[in-house]
Amino acid sequence: MADVAVPSPAALDSERLSVESMSLPRLALRRLFRRRSAVLGLVILGFLTLVAVFAPVIAPYDPELPLIGIEDVKKREAPCIHALGCPLDRPQHLLGTDGNVRDFFSRIVYGTQVSLFIGLTTVSASIVIGTVLGAVAGYLGGWTDNILMRLMDVVLAFPQLILAIAIVSMLGPGLQNALIAISLVSIPAYARVVRASVLSIREQDFVSAARALGASDAHILFQRILPNAITPLIVQATLGIASAILEAAALSFIGLGAQPPTPEWGSMLGAERNQVFTAPHLVFFPGIAIMLTVLGFNLLGDGLRDALDPRLAQSGVKVKA
Amino acid sequence: MANYILRRLAQAIPQLFIISVILFALMQGFGDPVATLGARTPPRQEDKERLRRMLGLDQPMYVQYLVWLIGNDWMKLDMDGDGVPETPGQRKGILRGDFGNSLVTRRPVLEMIADRLPNTLLLMLTAEAVIIVASLAIGIYSAARQYSLADNVITAFSFIGFSMPVFWLALTLMYIFAVNFKRWGLPYLPTVGMFDPAVGKTAGELARHLVLPVATLAIISIAGYSRFVRSSMLEVLNQDYIRTARAKGLTRSQALWRHALQNAALPFITIIGLDLPFLLAGAVVTERIFAWPGMGRLFIDHTERSDYPVLMGILMLIAAAVVVFQIITDVFYSFLDPRIRLA
Repeated sequence: MADVAVPSPAALDSERLSVESMSLPRLALRRLFRRRSAVLGLVILGFLTLVAVFAPVIAPYDPELPLIGIEDVKKREAPCIHALGCPLDRPQHLLGTDGNVRDFFSRIVYGTQVSLFIGLTTVSASIVIGTVLGAVAGYLGGWTDNILMRLMDVVLAFPQLILAIAIVSMLGPGLQNALIAISLVSIPAYARVVRASVLSIREQDFVSAARALGASDAHILFQRILPNAITPLIVQATLGIASAILEAAALSFIGLGAQPPTPEWGSMLGAERNQVFTAPHLVFFPGIAIMLTVLGFNLLGDGLRDALDPRLAQSGVKVKA
Repeated sequence: MANYILRRLAQAIPQLFIISVILFALMQGFGDPVATLGARTPPRQEDKERLRRMLGLDQPMYVQYLVWLIGNDWMKLDMDGDGVPETPGQRKGILRGDFGNSLVTRRPVLEMIADRLPNTLLLMLTAEAVIIVASLAIGIYSAARQYSLADNVITAFSFIGFSMPVFWLALTLMYIFAVNFKRWGLPYLPTVGMFDPAVGKTAGELARHLVLPVATLAIISIAGYSRFVRSSMLEVLNQDYIRTARAKGLTRSQALWRHALQNAALPFITIIGLDLPFLLAGAVVTERIFAWPGMGRLFIDHTERSDYPVLMGILMLIAAAVVVFQIITDVFYSFLDPRIRLA
């Protein structure tokens, strides 16, 4: 979903003038903040981070506590908001109650923690493994490269969700195993990105210079080459978090991921999916929460790609004729 | 060309072999298939052992793999457990077209796949056709009018569409077009299965049942693919030869349709070509929600039962299709783009 950024000629001039005095990361950051989509993505993610951190303050109820005998509510009750005309003698439940008489709003709020956790852990795990595999394959070349990349091809020969389902079924259903499965199936994407960067960087003069100075292979690879290969990896990772969250939600929806009573959006939706006819709010809100989170990462990733894309930076910005 | 295709196919054989070994090893990690066979009453220990012997599950893994690969009709099996092999084996092995029998239903795996594959292909190919047409139309339109109001609206919607969980979209469409349309007295759409038993297996029924699952699959993919078409179109529209075409007097739309589209379509054809083999796998989530009897449901239902012959059959079919379609895509691409030489 790459976009060709076309700022006005005036913006181009001002950028050209100030480029000299700015460091590369600052320049990238400035380009990032100039893109509306990226800023919107950052705002969404900032909001969700706040919700996740302050979940205990925001949520009025314990997300895993059935309210039977505590309050006069029935299961799957429609939302009751006092400000919108719900009788004041009824207990307020912003998003209603679920099939186990739990406050749905509190569960959605706590679900933010779970979703962000899923996105960050799976992607960190697959980045670390993928980077090492891709870097070693690209740097050493030859047989090592061949074997590692053929292994990656095995993973890429299947739709990600099918493979993830197979792995989770093997390990047993549960959030932790779902995270492992999603990390495993997304390794090849990172390994390929890093390998491609390493292949192009290792031929450059500063690498030869480091070698001539007597640097070890490990030093050249991790200190000289990898820092220069990090840009495409950041973009890939941001978009990767979005798809990891979607996949984890799908696994939980099928019943292979997070298990009840964990407030995970996908499993909340899966548990109540037959209630779409009678209590649609139990289906809509978790889905909207997932969509908002994924949207945040997609917007940020798209903005990052435009801000960091070396092709755009090198060739200058093309203005459409 | 023929040489190239033959060499690629020859390279594919070791690749598929390695995939099959890895998958088969992974399958051993599944739960005990015999454990789930006893319905409500758990089978007795000696029955379990007899079952394992009859299904060949008592053999070491490499023997099971060899039987799966090349069959066991050349050897005798010890079925009654007295240590004397006397029963001749029946299996031919996958290399001779025998995918084995399901551990759950005892039916040949190939037959089970043949039952489901047409349903999945009907669903997925219809969706794919909608996706291709709509993404091209939307992508070209918004590239031709970059940064117009329409383009910005399309961009916003595609970002949202791209971020939607497929199961949520499916249930929302169901809620609008089945539940509420019925409530409002409008013509509503069916939500489950392929036919209404009361009406019978007519083409019209099938089409009605196809609408919601196809819409679900299409909306999400169109969101991503139309952006892809848009950015490849924009890249081409910025090339010098488009300016040349305009300079020699072609109108904007002539340059767009005659020159730009031909080049911009190439990357799109590649991703569609690499997409096609995955269509065989069906759509696990969508098929489950709409109770569509396809490959995705076959896969997940038999994963839950640790029915590894069925899983191996489905996965190997997908892997083989991936290899074949990679070759087809490369060959097709070289026809469309003469600059590319296959070597």
